[in-house]
Amino acid sequence: MAKSLAQRRYNMAVLGCSAGYAAALFGAAAYFNNHPDARGVTAYAAATVPALLIIGVFVAIGRYLIEERDEYLRLLMVRQSLIASGLALSVATLWGFLESFGLAPHIDAYWIAVVWFGGLGVGSCINKFTVGRAA
Amino acid sequence: MNNRLRELRGERGWSQQHLGDLLEVSRQSVNAIEAGRYDPSLPLAFRIAELFELKIEEVFESPSRSPGK
Repeated sequence: MAKSLAQRRYNMAVLGCSAGYAAALFGAAAYFNNHPDARGVTAYAAATVPALLIIGVFVAIGRYLIEERDEYLRLLMVRQSLIASGLALSVATLWGFLESFGLAPHIDAYWIAVVWFGGLGVGSCINKFTVGRAA
Repeated sequence: MNNRLRELRGERGWSQQHLGDLLEVSRQSVNAIEAGRYDPSLPLAFRIAELFELKIEEVFESPSRSPGK
């Protein structure tokens, strides 16, 4: 099925960010393996670039919502994003309280983004069984 | 919202894709509107009515005037 221009741009941006993220994460892991005590500008850059590429996906979603001219496809993505946000915030809140009271181990904050992306998948399933799907 | 979109499209022998192209929306949008899963915005509802040269209420059934309301 033909994708809209906004969908094609979104797919390209997500693919680019994903490929960049994999490379940046590999590079950062290698850097910190070789420099375990690094704290300088290079260390901060190595740790930040993978995060920026994940943020790039969030930007791509925002840009898609602005550029998509098909109101139904836009609605599907809005619903997906709201479901993902609700899920990620709920998990973060719940885990935070459990961790504060010593009932759950510490996890790195970036896992919230992972949960959010999982929430997009949940949102896609809910869309499919309620208002339809985009592809 | 109930509508006659599928019937009107069928009378003209158009596919959902062709109707979507005429309305500049996706085939999925046409399918969702026909199935009553998605209510189009007012501008899109007007575009649909104008494409079929009908009044908007001749394509879409007012929810407040539907049987049983």
